[in-house]
Amino acid sequence: MTTISIDRVSRWFGNVVAVNDISMAIGPGVTGLLGPNGAGKSTLIHMMSGFLPPSSGRVDIDGVPVWKNQGAYRQIGLVPEREAMYDFLTGHEFVLANAELHGLADPGAAAQRALATVEMEYAQDRKVTTYSKGMKQRVKMASALVHDPSVLLLDEPFNGMDPRQRMHLMELLRRFGSDGRTVLFSSHILEEVEQLARHIEVVVAGRHAASGDFHKIRRLMTDRPHRYLVRSSDDRALAAALIADPSTAGIELDWTERALRVQAIDFYRFTELVPRVAKEAGIRLLTVSPADESLESVFSYLVTSA
Amino acid sequence: MNLTVARLTARGLLGRRRGLMLLAVPALLLLLSVVIRAAVGEDESTTVKVLGELGLGTLVPLLGLIAGTGAIGPEIDDGSIVYLLSKPQPRWKIITTKLMVAVGCTVVFGAIPTYIAGVILFGDFENLAIAYGVAALVAGIAYSAIFLLLGVVSRHAVVWGLCYSLIWESVVGNFVSGAKTLSVQQWALALARKIAEPGVVTSAVHLPTAVPLLIVVTIGASVVAVMRLSRLTLAAES
Repeated sequence: MTTISIDRVSRWFGNVVAVNDISMAIGPGVTGLLGPNGAGKSTLIHMMSGFLPPSSGRVDIDGVPVWKNQGAYRQIGLVPEREAMYDFLTGHEFVLANAELHGLADPGAAAQRALATVEMEYAQDRKVTTYSKGMKQRVKMASALVHDPSVLLLDEPFNGMDPRQRMHLMELLRRFGSDGRTVLFSSHILEEVEQLARHIEVVVAGRHAASGDFHKIRRLMTDRPHRYLVRSSDDRALAAALIADPSTAGIELDWTERALRVQAIDFYRFTELVPRVAKEAGIRLLTVSPADESLESVFSYLVTSA
Repeated sequence: MNLTVARLTARGLLGRRRGLMLLAVPALLLLLSVVIRAAVGEDESTTVKVLGELGLGTLVPLLGLIAGTGAIGPEIDDGSIVYLLSKPQPRWKIITTKLMVAVGCTVVFGAIPTYIAGVILFGDFENLAIAYGVAALVAGIAYSAIFLLLGVVSRHAVVWGLCYSLIWESVVGNFVSGAKTLSVQQWALALARKIAEPGVVTSAVHLPTAVPLLIVVTIGASVVAVMRLSRLTLAAES
């Protein structure tokens, strides 16, 4: 059982603040680190894996700082985002080299075990250059697992994977989590994180925006005001009908767009309301489109409400 | 010395085209020596010129540059160094291993061919071949250490290395004699001068200056390389 603790950590590069006063503790099980691109997820993972010192604050694994502490790598398995990995080796040679570098008693057996875990035995004698992105990801995974670490850090592990590979990796991570390992992975895709992690840490623009189980985060995300652009055969009549319901907070008639701009506060109720009201009033709906569904707007809402 | 690190480094260094290039340069020196010997016969001043300018002056620094920077630079550039560094291995072990592989390269492709070229050109008269062979060996060690450090600290290690060996050692050294005091080539020549018959080889520095400088530079560069590698940070892919 290993805990990574991040205590009032900031990291800046010159004038740019990449991570701004973040504190969190990551314990056993699968934790998702969610945030848009450039939010500081990689910076956090680099600090947790000892490849970047925090500008201020502490990053510890079980109370011991990670920076400049090579002994910590006995506990840490790292799956970096970048793909380069000694392409001139075969998958087996690569994992074996990692096992040897860990100084394991029987590196051959450990490498074989790790390759079996990620189901890459069938291609282990092929050169890494010939691998698909998903296969590379799995071999990277094997190299991170070869010494049976109690902490697994993965930087955007699902990038570029097809759905089948994604499912396989998720299954694997879930298993490690339930084994009592501390598994942390970063992603900018909510659905990905939601499927896998019970616990989610949200980072936006270098700040810790939210923390909790995925139900709580999901609620935070769906309960925020949603904006819609609606066009219909009779905008005014529709507006009147919509505003009568408590799920709608405001409606504007946009003359230039010839549309309604609707602000909804109860997402599920509103999505059910619009078609029902339109049908009852005999109004034809022409357009119903979310105006701010981008992930960035979801995240920025979380920041302002945090 | 870590065998796994050595294996990975050597395979990265000798693999594919770089290995061929490393082989082509000394092959050219040997070929040229055979041609010159056939055309000119045994000639002391020609031998000194070929071994000094081609062997020690060009081949060895070039090899040191390729082997020294190539032993670590590409791994840092593409980020694969993370697999070496995320292990409970002391950083000094990684650097010394890589240095030894680089030195091995300069010995096999630099010092030995220089010696053989000397034998082809001039037999073993006046200890000339062995003198240049030893000089090439020592220079190879120092160049490897310097260029390995450059490979750790700079993404443009090859450019800096070329600037040093081509501009500083050759051009600046020719016009400003003081610059020769800080030249690996001249330090190695001081050693060659000691080994060869007196008066055959000339060098701008004396042995009592050259040897400490060689040692200090080699060890100093390696120590700094270890320190810099321990503080290596990973840049995010962007």
